[in-house]
Amino acid sequence: MSAPLTHLPNPIRPAFDQGSTPGSVIVNIGPSHPATHGTIQIVAELSGERVLRTDVHCGYLHRGFEKECESHTWHNLIPYVDRLNYCSALINDFAYCEAVEKLMGIEITPRAKYLRTLLAEYSRIADHLTCIAAALMELGAMTAFLYLVTIRDYIYEHLADLTGARVTYSYGRIGGLAHDLPAGWLKRLGEILDEMDTFTGRVHGLVDRNRIFIDRMRNVGVLTTAEAVSYGFTGPILRSTGAPRDLRKDTPYLAYAELDFEVPVGIKGDNYDRYYVRMREIDESAHMIRQLVEMLPEGPLCVDDRRCTFPEKPLVYTEIESLINHFKLVMEGPQVPPGEVYSAHEGANGELGFYIVSVGGGVPWKVHCRSPSFVHMGGASKMLDGYQLADIVPTFGSINMIGGECDR
Amino acid sequence: MSDAVFAQVGEHLAGVAREAVVAHGTLALRVEPEHLLEVVRALKEQFGFDLFVDVTAVDWPEREPRFDVVWHFYSTRHFARVRVKTRVPFADPTVDSLVPFYGSAAFMERECHEMYGIVFRGNADLRPLLLYEGFEGHPLRKDYPKQKEQPLVPYREVKP
Repeated sequence: MSAPLTHLPNPIRPAFDQGSTPGSVIVNIGPSHPATHGTIQIVAELSGERVLRTDVHCGYLHRGFEKECESHTWHNLIPYVDRLNYCSALINDFAYCEAVEKLMGIEITPRAKYLRTLLAEYSRIADHLTCIAAALMELGAMTAFLYLVTIRDYIYEHLADLTGARVTYSYGRIGGLAHDLPAGWLKRLGEILDEMDTFTGRVHGLVDRNRIFIDRMRNVGVLTTAEAVSYGFTGPILRSTGAPRDLRKDTPYLAYAELDFEVPVGIKGDNYDRYYVRMREIDESAHMIRQLVEMLPEGPLCVDDRRCTFPEKPLVYTEIESLINHFKLVMEGPQVPPGEVYSAHEGANGELGFYIVSVGGGVPWKVHCRSPSFVHMGGASKMLDGYQLADIVPTFGSINMIGGECDR
Repeated sequence: MSDAVFAQVGEHLAGVAREAVVAHGTLALRVEPEHLLEVVRALKEQFGFDLFVDVTAVDWPEREPRFDVVWHFYSTRHFARVRVKTRVPFADPTVDSLVPFYGSAAFMERECHEMYGIVFRGNADLRPLLLYEGFEGHPLRKDYPKQKEQPLVPYREVKP
Protein backbone atom coordinates (compact mmCIF):
# COMPACT_ATOMS: atom_id res chain seq x y z
CA MET A 1 0.00 0.00 0.00
CA SER A 2 1.43 3.38 -0.91
CA ALA A 3 0.90 6.37 1.38
CA PRO A 4 -2.37 8.23 0.83
CA LEU A 5 -1.87 11.39 -1.23
CA THR A 6 -3.25 13.67 1.49
CA HIS A 7 -0.12 13.08 3.56
CA LEU A 8 2.27 14.36 0.94
CA PRO A 9 4.28 17.47 1.82
CA ASN A 10 3.39 20.80 0.26
CA PRO A 11 6.03 21.63 -2.39
CA ILE A 12 5.81 25.36 -1.59
CA ARG A 13 5.82 27.46 1.53
CA PRO A 14 3.40 30.35 0.97
CA ALA A 15 4.51 33.77 2.17
CA PHE A 16 1.30 34.06 4.21
CA ASP A 17 -1.31 31.62 5.45
CA GLN A 18 -3.33 33.99 7.62
CA GLY A 19 -5.58 36.72 6.29
CA SER A 20 -4.49 40.27 7.04
CA THR A 21 -8.03 41.63 7.52
CA PRO A 22 -11.18 40.01 8.94
CA GLY A 23 -13.27 38.37 6.27
CA SER A 24 -10.48 37.91 3.75
CA VAL A 25 -9.87 34.49 2.26
CA ILE A 26 -6.76 32.90 0.82
CA VAL A 27 -7.12 30.99 -2.41
CA ASN A 28 -4.68 29.04 -4.48
CA ILE A 29 -4.60 29.54 -8.26
CA GLY A 30 -2.66 27.05 -10.32
CA PRO A 31 -0.31 25.48 -11.18
CA SER A 32 -2.81 23.24 -12.98
CA HIS A 33 -4.99 26.05 -14.24
CA PRO A 34 -5.30 26.81 -17.97
CA ALA A 35 -4.72 30.54 -17.54
CA THR A 36 -1.47 30.02 -15.62
CA HIS A 37 -0.09 28.32 -18.74
CA GLY A 38 0.49 25.22 -16.70
CA THR A 39 3.44 26.19 -14.55
CA ILE A 40 2.69 29.05 -12.18
CA GLN A 41 1.07 28.99 -8.78
CA ILE A 42 -0.40 32.15 -7.33
CA VAL A 43 -1.44 32.25 -3.68
CA ALA A 44 -3.81 35.19 -3.37
CA GLU A 45 -5.55 36.85 -0.46
CA LEU A 46 -8.97 38.10 -1.49
CA SER A 47 -11.41 40.48 0.08
CA GLY A 48 -14.57 39.70 -1.82
CA GLU A 49 -13.41 39.79 -5.44
CA ARG A 50 -10.53 42.18 -4.77
CA VAL A 51 -6.96 40.87 -4.63
CA LEU A 52 -5.22 42.17 -1.50
CA ARG A 53 -1.84 40.51 -2.00
CA THR A 54 -0.32 37.71 -4.00
CA ASP A 55 2.58 35.34 -3.69
CA VAL A 56 3.81 33.96 -7.02
CA HIS A 57 5.59 30.61 -7.12
CA CYS A 58 7.44 29.30 -10.12
CA GLY A 59 9.69 26.30 -10.59
CA TYR A 60 7.26 23.59 -11.69
CA LEU A 61 9.12 23.38 -15.00
CA HIS A 62 12.61 23.49 -13.50
CA ARG A 63 14.79 20.90 -15.18
CA GLY A 64 18.31 21.87 -14.22
CA PHE A 65 19.29 23.65 -17.43
CA GLU A 66 22.37 25.31 -15.92
CA LYS A 67 23.59 22.12 -14.22
CA GLU A 68 23.11 20.13 -17.42
CA CYS A 69 25.11 22.70 -19.39
CA GLU A 70 28.20 22.03 -17.29
CA SER A 71 28.59 18.50 -18.62
CA HIS A 72 28.02 18.98 -22.34
CA THR A 73 30.15 20.56 -25.04
CA TRP A 74 29.47 24.11 -26.21
CA HIS A 75 27.80 22.80 -29.36
CA ASN A 76 25.59 20.33 -27.53
CA LEU A 77 23.92 23.15 -25.63
CA ILE A 78 22.20 24.58 -28.70
CA PRO A 79 19.17 22.25 -28.44
CA TYR A 80 18.93 23.09 -24.72
CA VAL A 81 18.86 26.85 -25.19
CA ASP A 82 16.13 26.31 -27.80
CA ARG A 83 13.91 25.01 -25.04
CA LEU A 84 14.21 28.09 -22.85
CA ASN A 85 11.78 30.31 -24.70
CA TYR A 86 10.05 27.85 -26.98
CA CYS A 87 7.92 30.57 -28.58
CA SER A 88 10.95 32.28 -30.11
CA ALA A 89 13.65 29.64 -29.94
CA LEU A 90 15.82 31.21 -32.63
CA ILE A 91 16.46 34.34 -30.55
CA ASN A 92 17.81 32.09 -27.78
CA ASP A 93 20.02 30.26 -30.26
CA PHE A 94 21.54 33.45 -31.58
CA ALA A 95 22.01 35.06 -28.16
CA TYR A 96 23.82 31.99 -26.87
CA CYS A 97 25.96 31.59 -30.00
CA GLU A 98 26.93 35.24 -29.89
CA ALA A 99 28.08 34.93 -26.27
CA VAL A 100 30.35 32.01 -27.17
CA GLU A 101 31.58 33.77 -30.30
CA LYS A 102 32.53 36.83 -28.25
CA LEU A 103 34.63 34.66 -25.97
CA MET A 104 36.29 32.98 -28.95
CA GLY A 105 36.84 36.30 -30.71
CA ILE A 106 34.88 35.28 -33.79
CA GLU A 107 33.14 37.70 -36.11
CA ILE A 108 30.40 35.99 -38.09
CA THR A 109 30.07 36.35 -41.85
CA PRO A 110 27.86 39.13 -43.28
CA ARG A 111 25.31 36.66 -44.64
CA ALA A 112 24.98 34.95 -41.25
CA LYS A 113 24.65 38.34 -39.56
CA TYR A 114 21.79 39.52 -41.75
CA LEU A 115 20.09 36.14 -41.78
CA ARG A 116 20.23 35.92 -37.99
CA THR A 117 18.70 39.38 -37.72
CA LEU A 118 15.94 38.43 -40.15
CA LEU A 119 15.15 35.19 -38.34
CA ALA A 120 15.26 36.85 -34.92
CA GLU A 121 12.62 39.34 -36.06
CA TYR A 122 10.59 36.56 -37.64
CA SER A 123 10.69 34.70 -34.30
CA ARG A 124 9.70 37.85 -32.46
CA ILE A 125 6.60 38.06 -34.63
CA ALA A 126 5.72 34.46 -33.81
CA ASP A 127 6.23 35.10 -30.10
CA HIS A 128 4.10 38.25 -30.04
CA LEU A 129 1.37 36.52 -32.07
CA THR A 130 1.32 33.69 -29.51
CA CYS A 131 1.18 36.08 -26.57
CA ILE A 132 -1.59 38.27 -27.98
CA ALA A 133 -3.58 35.29 -29.25
CA ALA A 134 -3.47 33.55 -25.87
CA ALA A 135 -4.33 36.73 -23.97
CA LEU A 136 -7.28 37.46 -26.25
CA MET A 137 -8.54 33.90 -26.10
CA GLU A 138 -8.52 34.05 -22.32
CA LEU A 139 -10.81 37.07 -22.60
CA GLY A 140 -13.12 35.09 -24.89
CA ALA A 141 -12.03 36.58 -28.22
CA MET A 142 -11.90 33.30 -30.09
CA THR A 143 -11.97 34.79 -33.60
CA ALA A 144 -8.96 37.01 -32.93
CA PHE A 145 -7.18 34.01 -31.47
CA LEU A 146 -7.77 31.94 -34.58
CA TYR A 147 -6.70 34.77 -36.90
CA LEU A 148 -3.39 35.21 -35.09
CA VAL A 149 -2.65 31.53 -34.58
CA THR A 150 -3.33 30.90 -38.27
CA ILE A 151 -0.47 33.23 -39.13
CA ARG A 152 1.70 31.77 -36.42
CA ASP A 153 1.16 28.35 -37.92
CA TYR A 154 2.18 29.62 -41.36
CA ILE A 155 5.37 30.90 -39.73
CA TYR A 156 6.00 27.59 -37.94
CA GLU A 157 5.51 25.61 -41.15
CA HIS A 158 7.71 28.06 -43.00
CA LEU A 159 10.48 27.76 -40.39
CA ALA A 160 10.09 23.98 -40.57
CA ASP A 161 10.92 24.24 -44.28
CA LEU A 162 14.13 25.99 -43.30
CA THR A 163 15.19 24.13 -40.16
CA GLY A 164 13.28 20.84 -40.15
CA ALA A 165 11.39 21.55 -36.92
CA ARG A 166 8.31 23.59 -36.09
CA VAL A 167 9.14 24.90 -32.63
CA THR A 168 12.62 23.98 -31.41
CA TYR A 169 14.88 24.53 -34.34
CA SER A 170 18.52 24.00 -33.21
CA TYR A 171 19.43 26.15 -36.18
CA GLY A 172 22.13 28.40 -34.76
CA ARG A 173 25.74 27.28 -34.85
CA ILE A 174 28.77 28.73 -33.14
CA GLY A 175 30.30 30.71 -35.98
CA GLY A 176 27.30 30.73 -38.29
CA LEU A 177 24.10 28.84 -39.03
CA ALA A 178 23.24 25.21 -39.75
CA HIS A 179 22.54 25.63 -43.48
CA ASP A 180 21.46 28.15 -46.06
CA LEU A 181 17.94 29.08 -47.16
CA PRO A 182 16.08 26.60 -49.37
CA ALA A 183 14.95 27.75 -52.83
CA GLY A 184 11.88 29.98 -52.81
CA TRP A 185 11.98 30.59 -49.06
CA LEU A 186 12.15 34.37 -49.32
CA LYS A 187 9.25 34.47 -51.78
CA ARG A 188 7.01 32.60 -49.34
CA LEU A 189 8.26 34.91 -46.56
CA GLY A 190 6.89 37.91 -48.44
CA GLU A 191 3.52 36.17 -48.95
CA ILE A 192 3.22 35.34 -45.25
CA LEU A 193 4.05 38.91 -44.20
CA ASP A 194 1.43 40.30 -46.59
CA GLU A 195 -1.16 37.90 -45.28
CA MET A 196 -0.19 38.74 -41.71
CA ASP A 197 -0.86 42.43 -42.37
CA THR A 198 -4.41 41.50 -43.42
CA PHE A 199 -5.03 39.38 -40.35
CA THR A 200 -3.50 41.75 -37.78
CA GLY A 201 -5.57 44.51 -39.39
CA ARG A 202 -8.69 42.46 -38.73
CA VAL A 203 -7.65 41.91 -35.11
CA HIS A 204 -7.15 45.66 -34.71
CA GLY A 205 -10.68 46.12 -36.07
CA LEU A 206 -12.12 43.50 -33.74
CA VAL A 207 -10.65 44.52 -30.40
CA ASP A 208 -8.93 47.93 -30.40
CA ARG A 209 -12.09 49.93 -29.73
CA ASN A 210 -14.18 47.08 -28.42
CA ARG A 211 -15.98 48.20 -25.25
CA ILE A 212 -15.55 44.83 -23.48
CA PHE A 213 -11.87 44.66 -24.35
CA ILE A 214 -11.13 48.21 -23.19
CA ASP A 215 -13.02 47.71 -19.92
CA ARG A 216 -11.00 44.61 -19.15
CA MET A 217 -7.61 45.99 -20.23
CA ARG A 218 -7.49 49.75 -19.64
CA ASN A 219 -6.18 50.82 -16.22
CA VAL A 220 -5.59 47.22 -15.18
CA GLY A 221 -2.15 46.02 -14.08
CA VAL A 222 -0.70 49.53 -14.21
CA LEU A 223 3.06 50.01 -13.80
CA THR A 224 4.99 53.26 -13.74
CA THR A 225 8.38 53.50 -15.44
CA ALA A 226 10.15 53.87 -12.08
CA GLU A 227 8.48 50.74 -10.70
CA ALA A 228 9.19 48.81 -13.88
CA VAL A 229 12.91 49.67 -13.80
CA SER A 230 13.19 48.94 -10.09
CA TYR A 231 11.60 45.50 -10.54
CA GLY A 232 13.78 44.69 -13.52
CA PHE A 233 11.07 44.72 -16.17
CA THR A 234 12.44 44.95 -19.70
CA GLY A 235 11.08 44.51 -23.19
CA PRO A 236 7.44 45.27 -24.11
CA ILE A 237 6.43 45.65 -20.45
CA LEU A 238 8.98 48.41 -19.81
CA ARG A 239 8.15 50.06 -23.13
CA SER A 240 4.42 50.01 -22.33
CA THR A 241 5.18 52.41 -19.46
CA GLY A 242 6.48 54.98 -21.94
CA ALA A 243 10.24 54.36 -21.73
CA PRO A 244 11.66 53.73 -25.22
CA ARG A 245 14.30 51.28 -23.98
CA ASP A 246 15.19 48.64 -26.52
CA LEU A 247 18.58 46.92 -26.76
CA ARG A 248 18.23 46.79 -30.55
CA LYS A 249 18.36 50.60 -30.56
CA ASP A 250 20.43 51.34 -27.44
CA THR A 251 23.28 48.86 -27.82
CA PRO A 252 22.85 47.63 -31.41
CA TYR A 253 24.01 44.10 -32.12
CA LEU A 254 23.77 41.93 -35.27
CA ALA A 255 22.60 44.21 -38.11
CA TYR A 256 20.18 46.42 -36.16
CA ALA A 257 22.33 49.53 -36.47
CA GLU A 258 21.68 49.56 -40.23
CA LEU A 259 17.90 49.13 -40.04
CA ASP A 260 15.19 51.74 -40.00
CA PHE A 261 12.67 51.03 -37.25
CA GLU A 262 10.78 52.69 -34.44
CA VAL A 263 10.48 51.72 -30.79
CA PRO A 264 6.78 51.80 -29.94
CA VAL A 265 5.88 52.87 -26.40
CA GLY A 266 2.70 52.98 -24.35
CA ILE A 267 1.26 55.82 -22.30
CA LYS A 268 0.03 54.21 -19.09
CA GLY A 269 1.78 50.87 -18.62
CA ASP A 270 -1.47 48.92 -18.37
CA ASN A 271 -2.67 45.75 -20.08
CA TYR A 272 -4.03 47.67 -23.06
CA ASP A 273 -0.67 49.33 -23.67
CA ARG A 274 1.13 46.01 -23.45
CA TYR A 275 -1.26 44.60 -26.06
CA TYR A 276 -0.80 47.59 -28.32
CA VAL A 277 2.99 47.77 -27.96
CA ARG A 278 3.24 44.14 -29.03
CA MET A 279 0.94 44.71 -32.01
CA ARG A 280 3.05 47.67 -33.11
CA GLU A 281 6.24 45.69 -32.65
CA ILE A 282 4.89 43.07 -35.02
CA ASP A 283 4.53 45.82 -37.65
CA GLU A 284 8.05 47.08 -36.97
CA SER A 285 9.49 43.56 -37.18
CA ALA A 286 7.76 43.00 -40.52
CA HIS A 287 9.16 46.33 -41.72
CA MET A 288 12.65 45.22 -40.65
CA ILE A 289 12.33 41.84 -42.36
CA ARG A 290 11.34 43.52 -45.64
CA GLN A 291 14.47 45.69 -45.41
CA LEU A 292 16.64 42.70 -44.56
CA VAL A 293 15.43 40.68 -47.54
CA GLU A 294 16.77 43.48 -49.75
CA MET A 295 20.04 43.74 -47.80
CA LEU A 296 20.82 40.01 -47.53
CA PRO A 297 24.30 39.55 -49.08
CA GLU A 298 25.60 36.46 -50.86
CA GLY A 299 28.61 34.64 -49.50
CA PRO A 300 29.58 31.94 -47.02
CA LEU A 301 27.35 31.23 -44.05
CA CYS A 302 29.89 29.99 -41.49
CA VAL A 303 33.25 31.44 -40.55
CA ASP A 304 36.27 29.53 -41.76
CA ASP A 305 37.56 28.62 -38.31
CA ARG A 306 38.59 25.09 -37.49
CA ARG A 307 37.94 25.62 -33.77
CA CYS A 308 34.17 25.64 -34.23
CA THR A 309 33.02 25.08 -37.82
CA PHE A 310 32.50 21.51 -38.97
CA PRO A 311 34.31 20.54 -42.20
CA GLU A 312 32.31 19.72 -45.33
CA LYS A 313 30.97 16.18 -45.23
CA PRO A 314 32.66 15.00 -48.48
CA LEU A 315 36.01 16.12 -47.05
CA VAL A 316 35.42 14.19 -43.80
CA TYR A 317 35.11 11.01 -45.85
CA THR A 318 38.11 11.62 -48.07
CA GLU A 319 40.90 13.32 -46.13
CA ILE A 320 42.41 12.62 -42.73
CA GLU A 321 42.70 16.24 -41.51
CA SER A 322 38.99 16.88 -41.92
CA LEU A 323 38.11 13.52 -40.39
CA ILE A 324 40.15 14.28 -37.28
CA ASN A 325 38.80 17.84 -37.17
CA HIS A 326 35.25 16.47 -37.22
CA PHE A 327 36.11 13.90 -34.57
CA LYS A 328 37.68 16.45 -32.25
CA LEU A 329 34.74 18.83 -32.62
CA VAL A 330 32.25 16.08 -31.78
CA MET A 331 34.18 14.36 -28.99
CA GLU A 332 35.91 17.32 -27.33
CA GLY A 333 33.80 20.23 -28.46
CA PRO A 334 34.80 23.65 -29.76
CA GLN A 335 37.81 24.99 -27.87
CA VAL A 336 36.76 28.18 -26.10
CA PRO A 337 39.55 30.19 -24.44
CA PRO A 338 39.31 30.91 -20.69
CA GLY A 339 37.31 33.96 -19.73
CA GLU A 340 33.84 35.21 -18.98
CA VAL A 341 31.33 37.24 -20.92
CA TYR A 342 27.81 38.55 -20.49
CA SER A 343 25.99 39.01 -23.74
CA ALA A 344 22.42 40.28 -23.98
CA HIS A 345 19.91 40.31 -26.82
CA GLU A 346 16.48 41.90 -26.93
CA GLY A 347 14.32 38.80 -26.66
CA ALA A 348 10.63 38.90 -27.43
CA ASN A 349 9.87 39.39 -23.72
CA GLY A 350 12.83 41.53 -22.69
CA GLU A 351 16.51 41.30 -22.01
CA LEU A 352 17.75 37.79 -22.65
CA GLY A 353 21.32 37.48 -21.43
CA PHE A 354 23.84 34.68 -21.25
CA TYR A 355 26.65 34.85 -18.71
CA ILE A 356 29.20 32.19 -19.60
CA VAL A 357 32.42 31.25 -17.88
CA SER A 358 35.04 29.13 -19.61
CA VAL A 359 38.21 27.61 -18.17
CA GLY A 360 39.35 26.57 -21.65
CA GLY A 361 38.38 23.40 -23.47
CA GLY A 362 35.19 22.13 -24.98
CA VAL A 363 32.86 22.11 -21.96
CA PRO A 364 31.56 25.25 -20.21
CA TRP A 365 32.40 25.89 -16.57
CA LYS A 366 29.19 27.80 -16.12
CA VAL A 367 26.30 28.96 -18.28
CA HIS A 368 23.82 31.29 -16.67
CA CYS A 369 20.72 32.46 -18.47
CA ARG A 370 19.24 35.80 -17.44
CA SER A 371 15.73 35.17 -18.65
CA PRO A 372 13.18 37.98 -18.82
CA SER A 373 10.24 35.83 -17.72
CA PHE A 374 11.94 34.85 -14.47
CA VAL A 375 12.66 38.42 -13.49
CA HIS A 376 9.15 39.49 -14.51
CA MET A 377 7.66 36.90 -12.18
CA GLY A 378 9.47 38.60 -9.31
CA GLY A 379 7.55 41.80 -10.01
CA ALA A 380 4.27 40.21 -11.07
CA SER A 381 2.67 40.88 -7.67
CA LYS A 382 3.03 44.62 -8.38
CA MET A 383 0.68 44.22 -11.33
CA LEU A 384 -1.80 41.86 -9.66
CA ASP A 385 -2.32 43.39 -6.20
CA GLY A 386 -5.25 45.72 -5.78
CA TYR A 387 -7.20 44.58 -8.84
CA GLN A 388 -10.03 42.10 -9.24
CA LEU A 389 -9.60 38.34 -9.13
CA ALA A 390 -10.74 38.16 -12.75
CA ASP A 391 -8.01 40.65 -13.73
CA ILE A 392 -5.29 38.14 -12.83
CA VAL A 393 -5.93 36.26 -16.06
CA PRO A 394 -5.51 39.13 -18.58
CA THR A 395 -2.65 40.69 -16.60
CA PHE A 396 -0.82 37.42 -16.39
CA GLY A 397 -1.43 36.89 -20.09
CA SER A 398 0.04 40.30 -20.90
CA ILE A 399 3.27 39.47 -19.03
CA ASN A 400 3.72 36.50 -21.38
CA MET A 401 5.47 34.24 -18.91
CA ILE A 402 7.19 31.39 -20.74
CA GLY A 403 7.69 28.46 -18.38
CA GLY A 404 10.75 27.12 -20.16
CA GLU A 405 12.84 30.23 -19.64
CA CYS A 406 11.32 31.21 -16.30
CA ASP A 407 12.06 27.91 -14.56
CA ARG A 408 15.00 26.77 -16.68
CA MET B 1 29.43 56.92 -24.64
CA SER B 2 29.89 54.09 -22.16
CA ASP B 3 33.67 54.58 -22.15
CA ALA B 4 33.31 57.95 -20.46
CA VAL B 5 31.11 56.45 -17.73
CA PHE B 6 33.53 53.57 -17.26
CA ALA B 7 36.41 56.00 -16.81
CA GLN B 8 34.45 58.01 -14.23
CA VAL B 9 33.39 54.88 -12.33
CA GLY B 10 36.92 53.52 -12.39
CA GLU B 11 38.30 56.79 -11.08
CA HIS B 12 35.68 57.16 -8.36
CA LEU B 13 36.03 53.58 -7.13
CA ALA B 14 39.80 53.34 -7.48
CA GLY B 15 40.12 53.07 -3.70
CA VAL B 16 37.77 50.10 -3.22
CA ALA B 17 37.85 48.19 -6.49
CA ARG B 18 40.69 45.65 -6.52
CA GLU B 19 40.35 45.26 -10.27
CA ALA B 20 38.62 47.36 -12.89
CA VAL B 21 38.89 46.20 -16.48
CA VAL B 22 36.71 46.71 -19.52
CA ALA B 23 36.19 43.48 -21.46
CA HIS B 24 33.60 42.73 -24.16
CA GLY B 25 31.91 46.08 -23.55
CA THR B 26 31.38 45.44 -19.83
CA LEU B 27 33.22 47.11 -16.97
CA ALA B 28 34.24 44.33 -14.58
CA LEU B 29 34.92 45.39 -10.99
CA ARG B 30 36.22 43.12 -8.25
CA VAL B 31 35.48 44.31 -4.73
CA GLU B 32 35.73 42.95 -1.21
CA PRO B 33 32.38 41.87 0.31
CA GLU B 34 32.49 44.67 2.92
CA HIS B 35 32.65 47.32 0.17
CA LEU B 36 29.74 45.94 -1.82
CA LEU B 37 27.00 48.26 -0.57
CA GLU B 38 29.22 51.29 -0.97
CA VAL B 39 30.04 50.37 -4.55
CA VAL B 40 26.45 49.57 -5.50
CA ARG B 41 25.20 52.80 -3.93
CA ALA B 42 27.69 54.79 -5.98
CA LEU B 43 26.81 52.89 -9.15
CA LYS B 44 23.11 53.45 -8.67
CA GLU B 45 22.95 56.95 -7.26
CA GLN B 46 25.92 58.67 -8.91
CA PHE B 47 26.35 56.86 -12.20
CA GLY B 48 22.79 55.89 -13.06
CA PHE B 49 23.04 52.11 -13.11
CA ASP B 50 19.36 51.75 -12.38
CA LEU B 51 18.57 48.31 -13.81
CA PHE B 52 19.59 45.34 -11.70
CA VAL B 53 20.09 42.70 -14.35
CA ASP B 54 21.22 39.60 -12.62
CA VAL B 55 22.91 37.95 -9.65
CA THR B 56 24.54 34.57 -9.75
CA ALA B 57 27.59 32.75 -8.37
CA VAL B 58 30.47 30.72 -9.75
CA ASP B 59 31.85 27.77 -7.82
CA TRP B 60 35.61 27.16 -7.81
CA PRO B 61 35.97 24.09 -5.52
CA GLU B 62 39.76 24.13 -5.61
CA ARG B 63 40.06 27.75 -4.60
CA GLU B 64 39.71 29.48 -1.25
CA PRO B 65 37.60 31.68 -0.98
CA ARG B 66 35.54 29.25 -2.99
CA PHE B 67 32.66 31.25 -4.47
CA ASP B 68 32.48 34.22 -6.79
CA VAL B 69 29.24 36.14 -6.42
CA VAL B 70 28.53 38.08 -9.61
CA TRP B 71 26.13 40.97 -10.14
CA HIS B 72 25.31 42.65 -13.43
CA PHE B 73 23.95 46.17 -13.72
CA TYR B 74 22.77 48.17 -16.70
CA SER B 75 22.26 51.88 -17.06
CA THR B 76 19.15 52.87 -19.00
CA ARG B 77 20.69 56.34 -19.33
CA HIS B 78 24.23 55.54 -20.50
CA PHE B 79 23.45 52.14 -22.09
CA ALA B 80 26.45 50.69 -20.26
CA ARG B 81 26.98 47.46 -18.35
CA VAL B 82 28.89 46.84 -15.15
CA ARG B 83 29.76 43.50 -13.60
CA VAL B 84 30.61 43.45 -9.88
CA LYS B 85 32.31 40.40 -8.46
CA THR B 86 33.28 39.44 -4.98
CA ARG B 87 34.72 36.34 -3.35
CA VAL B 88 33.20 34.58 -0.35
CA PRO B 89 34.54 31.54 1.53
CA PHE B 90 32.82 28.16 1.81
CA ALA B 91 32.63 28.46 5.61
CA ASP B 92 30.69 31.72 5.55
CA PRO B 93 29.20 32.46 2.12
CA THR B 94 27.51 35.68 3.18
CA VAL B 95 27.14 38.92 1.24
CA ASP B 96 24.91 41.93 1.74
CA SER B 97 21.53 41.94 0.05
CA LEU B 98 20.75 44.59 -2.55
CA VAL B 99 17.06 44.70 -1.61
CA PRO B 100 17.37 48.30 -0.30
CA PHE B 101 18.41 49.46 -3.79
CA TYR B 102 16.52 47.30 -6.26
CA GLY B 103 13.05 45.77 -6.07
CA SER B 104 14.03 42.88 -8.29
CA ALA B 105 16.92 41.83 -6.04
CA ALA B 106 14.72 39.93 -3.58
CA PHE B 107 13.55 37.42 -6.18
CA MET B 108 16.87 36.87 -7.91
CA GLU B 109 18.75 36.47 -4.64
CA ARG B 110 16.35 33.68 -3.72
CA GLU B 111 17.45 31.72 -6.78
CA CYS B 112 21.15 32.28 -6.07
CA HIS B 113 20.61 31.26 -2.45
CA GLU B 114 19.01 27.92 -3.24
CA MET B 115 21.35 27.08 -6.13
CA TYR B 116 24.67 27.98 -4.44
CA GLY B 117 23.87 28.45 -0.76
CA ILE B 118 24.96 32.07 -0.79
CA VAL B 119 23.35 33.91 2.14
CA PHE B 120 22.13 37.43 1.42
CA ARG B 121 22.24 39.40 4.65
CA GLY B 122 19.16 41.60 4.84
CA ASN B 123 16.94 39.57 2.51
CA ALA B 124 14.20 38.26 4.79
CA ASP B 125 12.64 36.02 2.16
CA LEU B 126 15.07 33.30 1.06
CA ARG B 127 12.46 30.57 0.60
CA PRO B 128 13.05 27.98 -2.14
CA LEU B 129 11.93 29.26 -5.50
CA LEU B 130 12.69 26.94 -8.40
CA LEU B 131 13.28 23.98 -6.11
CA TYR B 132 10.73 22.59 -3.71
CA GLU B 133 10.39 22.92 0.02
CA GLY B 134 12.68 20.44 1.76
CA PHE B 135 15.17 20.03 -1.09
CA GLU B 136 18.56 19.21 0.40
CA GLY B 137 21.78 20.68 -0.91
CA HIS B 138 22.62 23.33 -3.48
CA PRO B 139 22.45 21.80 -6.95
CA LEU B 140 24.68 24.22 -8.85
CA ARG B 141 27.66 23.65 -6.56
CA LYS B 142 30.20 21.56 -8.37
CA ASP B 143 30.18 18.84 -5.70
CA TYR B 144 26.42 18.21 -5.93
CA PRO B 145 25.99 14.78 -7.57
CA LYS B 146 24.06 15.21 -10.80
CA GLN B 147 22.43 11.78 -10.59
CA LYS B 148 21.09 12.28 -7.07
CA GLU B 149 17.33 11.91 -6.71
CA GLN B 150 15.20 13.55 -4.07
CA PRO B 151 11.66 12.51 -4.96
CA LEU B 152 8.96 14.47 -3.19
CA VAL B 153 6.39 11.79 -3.99
CA PRO B 154 7.72 8.35 -3.02
CA TYR B 155 8.10 5.79 -5.76
CA ARG B 156 5.23 3.32 -5.86
CA GLU B 157 5.98 -0.35 -5.61
CA VAL B 158 5.42 -2.31 -8.79
CA LYS B 159 3.13 -5.26 -8.11
CA PRO B 160 4.06 -8.42 -9.97
